[in-house]
Formats: sequence, structure tokens, C-alpha cells
Amino acid sequence: MALLDLDGEVVGRARALAARAAEPVITLARAHTTVAVERATLRLAGITGADTTHRAGDVPWVNRVVDTIREHCGLEHGAVLPAFHALREHDLGSLTELAEATAAGQVRFTVPTGKQAERAGRAARTAVAKGLRTVDRNRGQRDKLVARLGDPARRPWIYLIVATGDIDEDVVQACNAARAGADVIAVIRSTGQSLLDYVPEGATHHGFAGTYATQENFRIMRAALDEVSKEVGRYVRLTNYASGLCMPEIAVLAGLERLDMMLNDSMYGILFRDINPIRTFVDQRFSRQVHARAGIIINTGEDNYLTTADAVEAAHTVTVSQLLNERFAHEAGLPDELLGLGHAFEINPDLADSFRMELAHALLARELFPDAPLKWMPPTKHMTGDVFKGYLLDGFFNLVGALTGQGILLVGMMTEAVVTPFLSDRDLALANVRYVLNAAGNLHEDFRPAPDGFIVKRAHQVLGEAVDLLERICRDGLLTAIAEGTFGLMKRPPDAGKGADGVVEKADGYVNPASELLEAGQ
Amino acid sequence: MSQDKRYVRPYGDTTGDGMVQMSFTLPVPHGPRAEGAAQQLANKMGMDPAMVVHSHAIGADFTFVVVYGSVQHLVDLEQVRVVEREYPLLSPYEVNSELKESLGRKLVVVGACIGTDAHTVGIDAILNIKGFAGEKGLEYYRELKVINMGAQVSVPELVKRARTEKADAVLVSQVVTQRDAHILNTQEMSAAFREAMGDRRPTLVAGGPRFDPLMAGDLGVDRVFGRGTTPGEVASFLVHTVKKGVAA
Repeated sequence: MALLDLDGEVVGRARALAARAAEPVITLARAHTTVAVERATLRLAGITGADTTHRAGDVPWVNRVVDTIREHCGLEHGAVLPAFHALREHDLGSLTELAEATAAGQVRFTVPTGKQAERAGRAARTAVAKGLRTVDRNRGQRDKLVARLGDPARRPWIYLIVATGDIDEDVVQACNAARAGADVIAVIRSTGQSLLDYVPEGATHHGFAGTYATQENFRIMRAALDEVSKEVGRYVRLTNYASGLCMPEIAVLAGLERLDMMLNDSMYGILFRDINPIRTFVDQRFSRQVHARAGIIINTGEDNYLTTADAVEAAHTVTVSQLLNERFAHEAGLPDELLGLGHAFEINPDLADSFRMELAHALLARELFPDAPLKWMPPTKHMTGDVFKGYLLDGFFNLVGALTGQGILLVGMMTEAVVTPFLSDRDLALANVRYVLNAAGNLHEDFRPAPDGFIVKRAHQVLGEAVDLLERICRDGLLTAIAEGTFGLMKRPPDAGKGADGVVEKADGYVNPASELLEAGQ
Repeated sequence: MSQDKRYVRPYGDTTGDGMVQMSFTLPVPHGPRAEGAAQQLANKMGMDPAMVVHSHAIGADFTFVVVYGSVQHLVDLEQVRVVEREYPLLSPYEVNSELKESLGRKLVVVGACIGTDAHTVGIDAILNIKGFAGEKGLEYYRELKVINMGAQVSVPELVKRARTEKADAVLVSQVVTQRDAHILNTQEMSAAFREAMGDRRPTLVAGGPRFDPLMAGDLGVDRVFGRGTTPGEVASFLVHTVKKGVAA
């Protein structure tokens, strides 16, 4: 159903430009590793737990090991060679024992060569392959559960957020939300987790405006949703966040605990968290390879640009970012059906024709990415505390979602920017969605924007501006564009930002069985 | 209308009718008992008569109700005491234009978590563009130059950086309160700035969930922000100090 009559040549040109803009960054990502990629690899190889006796609080074992390896012999050759070599040298049974010995100062890491390197590489490959088999099993289990219980009866899938800070309370809220109609539950993370250079351990009960993403919290929530899925007769999906300094590790944990969707944007960390650009691109590539393996749908973060920049003037930057996210995702092995490309309803409601522009932008995304389950994000910037106006705005947001065939609809709360949602806020928000989908869910069958009308023209204009911007990015380079504040108005130079010291250029003998197996799809 | 009146009631459609509407959820299964409970609550809150105009179940255990009714209470306008913030809350646009006008250059803000405190939650909520409570952080403001030094910054490092950056304001965040670490760290910081720079020191601001805004004097800082502070409040305060001439 092509309603916008987009010029196939222009669309092809936009994609080709995005690929060209992404290429140097992909080359850079291949040439580097990071502390987070190495930690993720060791997690796949089976390391778990934390050092509870450390004076700085619980430090994950994997951080102790990778930090010590880096100190002793560098990470240019990867962590697995020194780690598995030391395992054999010291005759230790597991990576956790190795971590304990490391913490006790009993291990001196070296990069093995020759036969010893081959042996360490083989042992590492066996261990990592075992971790990947768990990821594969989880993917199979998801497919089985979906086949048995079924997917939601209609699109868009209804996506609801819980954010109590306490995983046990989250479980109560999530199960209630699923019973009330949510198809996807997202557990918001504690403020600031994206800037932690480690993944906390265990079940947690004291987050700030959200709950820490930990392997144990993932497990608890997935188990609870499996129970409630049986009760409601459809597979309820679970979402968390891979963004931040630990993208690769959180992606691995999500694969190990059968999460279904992950927030994973190629530039969010750079722009909104001031994380080093190189660090982000390296981490992002590895994390997306893991998601591809796990069959996890990524959600990209274009909605964020519109909260900082103007939603009308910056509309084309959303399109450009979607095209870049698509390119980076394809390159990492993610197929279209796993691309929850983001966009949002953030135009100032006082503007004339704001709703028509929202429709134009949403349709443009729909037609540019026909096979992607687009993620449609509700208004936040213009939610003022006037809950009555907010409820109306959310209704119009839902209508655009229904009319333009969005894949995933994040349910807007009228109390956005007022309080964390009450039980009743969530209930009213779902009633809003149900009403709109019931009353107008099939309206797209009748909806044909006039060929030369406002909506079609606006969509063409935004696509044209996107192509112009992509041309500029190709000319200057993506890293320069980011440094100059092209996206979300934030200026982020490639040599600055958090986590820059965790980036390491790979040496010739670099070994990482996780990367090898993921690249080869084995 | 009622501007000169000392006593007022809410206005529905007739002066003095006292009409209000409210909605809430009770942990009672939906039914006459839930409606009766809502009615009782409304009466106890001073609504009489109160009408439960709508109720519906939220799951098996909860009931949502909408109540309209007339409140008995009178408001005595002469008894209204408002805590006046000594400075107005400004939008980012207003902050930028005020700074541009009164300073003519960017205002430099250096932020850090000092001591062993590794909790950057607070300082990041204020400084990061992502912001807090729906407000963008100080990085978002065009007329502010923000340097976020992150966690575990020592006081000498902070003073040195503030000096090289010619900071107009220094923001420190303290979350950990064991053995009054937040108080001691902040006092050490303010003393160091006084010693190093005397009257030419930058505006000093301390923030954290366990700080009481009345402690500014004890801590030797110009302002203390407690739990729930948003970036806009901090930005507005900085504009206020510029206009007062504290930060020169």
C-alpha cells in the first residue's frame, strides 16, 4: 500500500548514501575492541558472579579479570588468550576460580604464543560456543512458546513500561499490565546505569527511577512473564536496555536470559550520554551481532532527537538516523523483521497542521522500511502536567499509530512529567489505546492522502532533506557530523567522551572466538 | 469577581458552590462496596454532598472512581503563605537570553562528584543533556559551557580545573552519607576554594538527596539543592547569581 508515491530512485540513493556514510565507521569498529567487548566474550565463556569483598562494593569478576589482563599484558590480543592460558597454567577448573585467584594476586597474565596460543584459543572457542548454544536454545524456546501461546492478535503490539526500582514490585506491575493488555513489558533502568562501566549483580531493590539491569533481574522478570503468558494466552515479550558503556555485556545477558527486545541505538550513547563515539560504535556492532544471534528485536532511539531538537525542523535527522541504524544493523546481521526503528509524536500541538505533519512523518517511516516493526513513541516534550490535554494528545498519537501500521506502540501516559504512573494512569492509557484501535484500527483501508496534498508533499520534503544531509555526512564523514552537532544538537568529538580509555586497537594476533562465531553465524 | 474577597470556595458553575472533581483508586474489588467506600472517603475529605459518577474495575482487586462534589471548606486568602523562591524559574530559552544579555559570553560550569563517592546519578541528572524529570540537563543550554569531571574527583583536581576553565560556578554532588562524608567533603571543597581564590572564587553549589537546603552556611557554599531538584532550577539559580553579581 504505497500512499506517498516515493521515488524509488531517491529511496535507493538514500540507502546507498547511508551505506557509504557507515562504511568508515564499520571499518573502525572492526579494527578495535573494548573492555566491554572482552568482558562480554568472557561472560559468554561462562564467567559469572562478583567479588563481594572488594572495598568499592560488588565488583563483577569479569571486570577484575579483564582489568588485570589489561594491566599485565594489554588487551590488543583479546582477553581469551591470556585468560585461558592462565587457566591451564594454574590448573584451575573454571573462569570463576581464575577470577578469585586473580583477585588474590596469584595470577600473572601473559599472551601465549605458538602451540600454547592454539591450545588457549581452542579452549576458549569451546567455552564461548557453549554460551552461544544457550543463546540458541533460548531463541528456540521463544519460537516454541510463541507457536504454542500465540502472538498478540493485532498490530501494533502494545508496549508498557514499569519502573519501580525494585524488581519484586516490577514483577507485580508487569503481570498486571500484561493482564490489562500489554504485549511488551519494558523495565526501565536506574538513572545513570548507562554510565556504569560494569553490570551490577543479583536481584536489586533500590534503583533510582528505574531498576538495575542485572542477569538475575532479567531471569526473575522473564520467569514471571512466562507464567502470565500462559494465563493470558499470548507470549508477552520483555524489553530492556543495551545502551551505555556495557552494550555488549548486556546484550549477552539478554541472550542468556531470553529477553525479546533491547533498546539499542547506534548513536544514542554518544549524543545523550556523552560516551566516546569509537567506544559506542565498537560496542554497538558486537552487541547487535549478539542480538541477531538471539533473535532479539532492537529498538532504536530516534525519539530522543525530537525531545532536544525541534520535531518539525529536525524531522529529516530522524530519517537519516533510521537509515544509518538500518545499515549498521544489517551489517551486524540483523534482518528487517528485527529492526524496531524508532520515531515519535513530538511536534508542538499548538502548531497548525501538527497532526497532519505527524501523519506524514509516520507514513514516511512506514514506507521507507516496509518490513521493519517500527517503534512508535508517545509525546513527552509537550506533556505539561495538564493531564486532560495530555490524554487527548495521547489519543491522537494512538490514532497515527493505528492509521500508519506501526509495529510497536509505546503507550503514552497522561501523567508523563508529573509522577511515575499510577495503577489507574496505566489503566486509562490502555483504555485510550483500546478505544482508538477498536474504533479506527481498520481506518487505513479507507485512508488515501491526496496525491498532491499536504501529507504527501511533507513526506517528500523530509526525504529530500534527509538525502541532502546524508550527502553532507558522506562528504564530511559521520564522525565529523556527530562532532558538529548534526543529531539532537549535541556536539561530540571522536576523541572525547566517557569510556574512551576502554577502546583498544586490535593487534595482528587478536583472538576473539565470540566475534568469529558470530560473524560466521555458527 | 472574588479578587477582593477574603474567603473563597472552588467554582463549578455558580459562585460559592464549592464543586470539585477528583479521581482515585481503592484496593477494593469493583462493586457497591467500593463505591460506598469512595463516598465515605469523599465525605471525610469534606465533600458533601459527594457523587460517585463513575467506577470501574482495574483487575480483580482494585476499583477506579471519579467523584464530583461540593467541599465544605473555605479558603482564607489572608492565611495563604507562599514560600517565595528568591529567584524566578526560567525556561532554557530565557536562561540563554538572560545570560547572553548580562554576561556576553558563555557561563562556565564545572561539575563533579568529589571524594570517594562514585554515584554520578545526581550530577549527571543535572548536567547530562538527557536531564531529569522531563527537563534537559545543563549541557542543553547554549549559553552554558559544561565540564562534567565525573566521579571520585579530588578537591585539588577540582580547584585546578575550575581555575583553568575560569569557572563561574562549581557544582558538586554527594550521595554517600556514611560518617557524614557528604558534609565533610563539601566543607573541605569550599575551604579549598576560599583559600585558593578568596573572593574571586566561583559560585559554589552542593547537591544530593541527603542535603538540607538550610545547610548552605555550614557547608560554606552559596546554595544547596536537595532531592528532586531539576536542571531548570539550577540553571535559573545560576542566572540569578550572575544578575546579583556574585559570579563575576
